[in-house]
Amino acid sequence: MITQHRIRRRMATTTPILLALLLLAFVALTLALGDRAAARMASETLIRVTLVVGFWIFAGNSGVISFGHAAFACVGAYVSAWTTLNPAMKATLLPGLPPALAEAHWHVLPAALTAGLVAAALALVTGAAILRLSGIAASIATFAFLAMVNTIWANWTPVTGGTSSVVGLARYVTPWVALGWAIAAILAASLYAASASGLALRATREDEVAASASGIDQYRHRLLAYTLSAFFCGVGGALAGHFIGVINPDGFYLSLTFLMLAMLVVGGIGSLSGAVIGVLAVSLAVEALVRLEKGFTLGTTTFALPPGSQEIIIAVAMILVLVFRPAGLMAGREIMLPARWVTGRGTSQN
Amino acid sequence: MSLQLLFDALSLGGIYAIAALGIALIFGVMKLVNFAHGQFIACAVFALILPSTDAVAALGLGLLPTPLLILAILGFGAGLAVAAEALVFRPLRNASPVALMVGSFALGVALQNLLLVLYGGRPKAISLWAGLVAPVRIGPAEVPLLQLIVIAAVIAILLALGLMLKRSRLGLEMRAAAADFGMAQLLGVRANRVISGAFALSGALAAVVALVMVAQTGVADVRMGGQIMLIAFIATVVGGMGSLPGAVAAGLAIGAASALLQAGLPDAARPFRDAFLYALVIVVLLFRPQGLFAAADAKPRV
Repeated sequence: MITQHRIRRRMATTTPILLALLLLAFVALTLALGDRAAARMASETLIRVTLVVGFWIFAGNSGVISFGHAAFACVGAYVSAWTTLNPAMKATLLPGLPPALAEAHWHVLPAALTAGLVAAALALVTGAAILRLSGIAASIATFAFLAMVNTIWANWTPVTGGTSSVVGLARYVTPWVALGWAIAAILAASLYAASASGLALRATREDEVAASASGIDQYRHRLLAYTLSAFFCGVGGALAGHFIGVINPDGFYLSLTFLMLAMLVVGGIGSLSGAVIGVLAVSLAVEALVRLEKGFTLGTTTFALPPGSQEIIIAVAMILVLVFRPAGLMAGREIMLPARWVTGRGTSQN
Repeated sequence: MSLQLLFDALSLGGIYAIAALGIALIFGVMKLVNFAHGQFIACAVFALILPSTDAVAALGLGLLPTPLLILAILGFGAGLAVAAEALVFRPLRNASPVALMVGSFALGVALQNLLLVLYGGRPKAISLWAGLVAPVRIGPAEVPLLQLIVIAAVIAILLALGLMLKRSRLGLEMRAAAADFGMAQLLGVRANRVISGAFALSGALAAVVALVMVAQTGVADVRMGGQIMLIAFIATVVGGMGSLPGAVAAGLAIGAASALLQAGLPDAARPFRDAFLYALVIVVLLFRPQGLFAAADAKPRV
């Protein structure tokens, strides 16, 4: 006899597999059917999956909205730039780097891992302070953290290049590289969500007081999720930098924060599938709107949306989702195989 | 020197206090962390000039004689905030505070990009009340006339707001709603009236901040609301969420800290002033997570 609990566990393990297959199909389809612009869109979307799934590990499980995760992406992107750029170039662009970094010329994979680890370490230190606050106050403190990182990065010119961009990052991020990291993020997120800590954290999301009465140390689990979450945001930032080849502190500030939040809200913050679906839905919408902003011809007249209207439309869509479908497109559900598919032969319920 | 520093601290802190009050008022009544407040400020600034993407700004409302102009901009700020409440926050009335916060963030992005579409991204010069930067001698210090006006205006606004909250019926209803919204409704407080009132006040306070910023900098920039909103948020958290005296005290304290850091930091560290300020705030919160003046109902009741 197979227990209900075991069935749930088996169904839950199908979620990351199905999501990975969905993304694989997305890449295969865009590469088979689309042009080069579509391939770029695919890489960009998968990088966002890494970022938003990373963001979801904290925000989805704890229910606390963070405005600071774009800062982890910023740190990740610069760490990867510091470690991989050609030393001769760093000597002119970033003369203030310490000697060890100035001479570093690493392979891109250890650089991406280091980017994630540095972001995670930063999250551990700052989270130790910020996560002591109650939910709403913590959200505001993460906003202060984002502004703090942006102020430092925009003014620490010898080390970060200031507001002028750092150029010449190796552009190695193909759709397949991005797919690999996106799947890694999804696996880590579902493993965390299924772990004892993930369960405890979701308990505090549902009812802080009841959870702490049951002996759950909310602060510890929040800090763990925050750190893990920052790792993938750091990696996602590194990928974003190596995708465009140019990084700038303002590329990782309010507009990225807004985009990540919009994706999470549209898809539904309550489930991992919601995070992934939200990225796909918003990315496709953004792509369509960007093409509309460039203009299209119908007969003899050319129509074009004014530049900037893309953000307005996404923001309005986000508000409409909040009003009419507050739990998002996925409404807290996961994509998983139905129960009778995972119970195996001869063990179906009665 | 030190007298000058005192005036700097008071005028800067006064503006922060007014901005923080605008946020704390709304948080008190409906537990909404209004991330669109900075954009209310920016919109009130741009309401002075005519929409165009040209580099030179043509004054629109800004051409009115001064008393009318002040009234018009205050009315514009209040109207914008009330409209935002009716269109965005009323449908979200029963949503969680987190959903409200995210919704206000989206509204802020929409307003900012609307300004970008209408006015273009470049900062524009506005010459409004240029005479006010003339310095006035007070004892050993030379203080811009504008600073004195700002300090006087802040004191007048705080007194008027205090009287209104203590003495008027709307003020009484607002305080009741902030203490316990459900109970206040049961006792006959009309929710829509109180919430619209709070938004109108908050929008008018945003317009005051906008006027002072234009007079100080002479520039209209789409991004100008962001930084002051952030400081105002920090002031509401440090002051204790929803506590109005706390927001004012923390706004003044942050203004003072900011003026002191500006004067006291070595030149090399000065560009990082705001980073020090934010770090200072996180340190304060480590020791007093409830804020300096925690509201009585800050802890969740079981």
